[in-house]
Amino acid sequence: MFQVLVGVNVDWMRRRHIAYTVSGACVLIAIISLIMHGGPRYGVDFTGGTLLEIGVTPAVSADVVRKAADDAGFAGAEIQKLDRPGQVLIRVGPRAGKSNPSGAIAAQVRAANPGATVDVIRVESVGPRVGNELRGAAVKAVFLALLFILIYVAIRYDWRYSMGAVVALFHDVFIALGAVSLTNREVTLTVVAALLTIAGFSINDTIVVFDRIRERGKALRREKAETVMNIAVNETLSRTIITSFTVFLTVMALYLFGGEVIHDFSFTMLVGVVFGTYSSVYVASALALDTQLYLERSKPGRPKK
Amino acid sequence: MMTRSDQWKFYLTVIAVLACIFTLWPTFQFYSLTPARRQEVLQARPSAATNEADRVRLEKDAKLREKAIKLGLDLQGGMYLLLEVDKSKLGPTEAKNAVDQAMQIIRNRVDQFGVAEPSIQKQGDDRILIQLPGLLDQERAKGLIGQTALLEFKLVKTEEESRALYDRIDQYFARKLHGGTAPDSAAADSVLHPFTSRLLSGQRAEAVVLNENVGAIDSMMAAFRADSTFTLESSIAWDAHDTDAQGRTARAIYVLSKEPLMKGSEVASAQMRLDLDQARPGAPGVSFNLTSRGGALFADITGQGSITGSFTEEEAQNLAIVLRSGALPAPVNIVEERTVGPSLGQDSIAQGFRAGAIGALLVVIFMVGYYRVSGIVAVVALILNIMGLLACMAGFHATLTLPGIAGIVLTIGMAVDANVLVFERIREELRNKKTVLSAIETGYSRAYRTIVDANVTTLLSALALMWFGSGPVRGFAITLSIGLIINMITAVGVSKMIFDAWSLRRKVSSISI
Repeated sequence: MFQVLVGVNVDWMRRRHIAYTVSGACVLIAIISLIMHGGPRYGVDFTGGTLLEIGVTPAVSADVVRKAADDAGFAGAEIQKLDRPGQVLIRVGPRAGKSNPSGAIAAQVRAANPGATVDVIRVESVGPRVGNELRGAAVKAVFLALLFILIYVAIRYDWRYSMGAVVALFHDVFIALGAVSLTNREVTLTVVAALLTIAGFSINDTIVVFDRIRERGKALRREKAETVMNIAVNETLSRTIITSFTVFLTVMALYLFGGEVIHDFSFTMLVGVVFGTYSSVYVASALALDTQLYLERSKPGRPKK
Repeated sequence: MMTRSDQWKFYLTVIAVLACIFTLWPTFQFYSLTPARRQEVLQARPSAATNEADRVRLEKDAKLREKAIKLGLDLQGGMYLLLEVDKSKLGPTEAKNAVDQAMQIIRNRVDQFGVAEPSIQKQGDDRILIQLPGLLDQERAKGLIGQTALLEFKLVKTEEESRALYDRIDQYFARKLHGGTAPDSAAADSVLHPFTSRLLSGQRAEAVVLNENVGAIDSMMAAFRADSTFTLESSIAWDAHDTDAQGRTARAIYVLSKEPLMKGSEVASAQMRLDLDQARPGAPGVSFNLTSRGGALFADITGQGSITGSFTEEEAQNLAIVLRSGALPAPVNIVEERTVGPSLGQDSIAQGFRAGAIGALLVVIFMVGYYRVSGIVAVVALILNIMGLLACMAGFHATLTLPGIAGIVLTIGMAVDANVLVFERIREELRNKKTVLSAIETGYSRAYRTIVDANVTTLLSALALMWFGSGPVRGFAITLSIGLIINMITAVGVSKMIFDAWSLRRKVSSISI
């Protein structure tokens, strides 16, 4: 049989400071990026506002579109030319008392360019109140999902493990959010969907490793926790990598060929899958080990389980 | 040779596969139609049939559409509108029924607009969610849905009554502009009569205002009305057309009774017509017939009337529709709009499927390359998984959205997880010099628990997403959840069955894994 990463014998646990350093650096970069950007850049889903993509043939300059938006009563619109000729993305903030911003802007562009055809390709318009509600619901959903997972892992495993698993989970989701911020992408509904999926997926691999730690822990009762964990991580390394690799392949296909609409979604997933795998192998188990060692030190004389 | 329970499993699987194929058959039929024919099926409305043969044919089309997996608005193009009914000006009893009434009226309007399969749902206490699939004129649809369409018939006040109102307005502004006291009666006309001095007195009850003064009159009326010390029994209205006042364009102004004599609910039917205004032939307008009660109130035996003005043909058409379907009980505001044009929808489908196909191909190549024959078993399980997922979607009338496609693609990546776990476990057992049979046995039993744990956590986050997500995002959560649940059956159950069938038949000493 053809196989990779079998019979690996790395002393992961003794060098766990590497994991901590790498993770610490990534989290730090994410924090710095979030601070520099003044927090996550929320899309219209959460801030309220209007995103209007139009196709004008023959193409007109961004200034013509900007002027039309101004005339329609939306001064300060953000105009972005897209790859295809004549396609323009118009973004305006929430305006009180305007009930149909997309229609008003499109009509003004039409009026200003009588000879051109103006197609509305996409509209996403969210009133400020609905935006607030969506943001509240998103935050609730993320915390609810994390809570569910924490409870499930706590029931199925020792709580010392679940601590490590959940910290690893936060780590993955946070780094993915940092990557979104670093690449100046917007946090939209689909990006939140990606973050939630990462949460579910990241714990997936961690569980595989923890299952093995538990299994080996029973068989190798005499061994030190460190040794047991090394054995477990090494033994599960190939399957952790392979299972993640298949997911990575499909997410990569989505990222490269899935189109602009889900581009941010697949980007977030991609980052999440890579860090989720790394953290399952290294961060979660290292944290579990340190929690265990800390508890042993603080309760001298009590033999470990 | 199969054991009895294995036979059962086998038959059960075959039945399940047949059921999937049966459920998916209409979907297959529908999407292999030519684009033109598919559009026809999409638009089929049996209620619009004129003869029996047509009705049978259209019903068949509608049924096919019903049974095929529907594409979300983001894939076929369409409009998603969330409306909020503004109940702030309604009494408690009116407010109670306002949303249901508004929904009914909007449904009437949308039906007359001719959209196949519109969806109109109540959301929460004061919101209405409208989904209009397919090609449509977005602005016209928005105008049609959002118009309050308040039609009121008010009596024009007599000349004396009008004069009395104008005098009151004059006095009010004369005092106001003169620092609170009445100005000297010898003052200029414009000081004494700030309002009427801007009117050209007409012959009848109406006065005429030069177009350049229309704005000033409007703002004076607004200020007068806003002053709470005056309660008005009347209101003013402008004529829809300009008139000629000695070579200058002007508008007629009317004083109307405040309470309407009759409302739009007395309109029995309305049509757009082009022949209503003799002065402007071909100008679009709306003619309407009144109910018998309305006719009596109108003191008119014919019970007919017409509305003319500066309408485009489309506006007149819309006006006729909203008059027929009635006025909304309260104004509605669009609080969320998501529109996808048909071209973007088509791009999204093409890209989504290409990404899915490439992703699936890569996974298949990897699995077969790495696990050989066992990889093929995993791929068979994967195909059954996706088939089951699509069949569930068709069976539950779920909608396929672009994030939904992403969910399926992700399922393809995650579904082989379970088999990878099993296969790696079997390889380990083989390395530990176990026999093939016992390696398979241990591999499956040991890995199963891990598989369940891993899937349950992803399922938990998908459930949280389903609860919070709206529209397309919910589509993602649904496909991912169904995919994961079926995965636990196919990846373990079906692949184990194949292994068992193969390994029990002969004394195997090696396995391609």
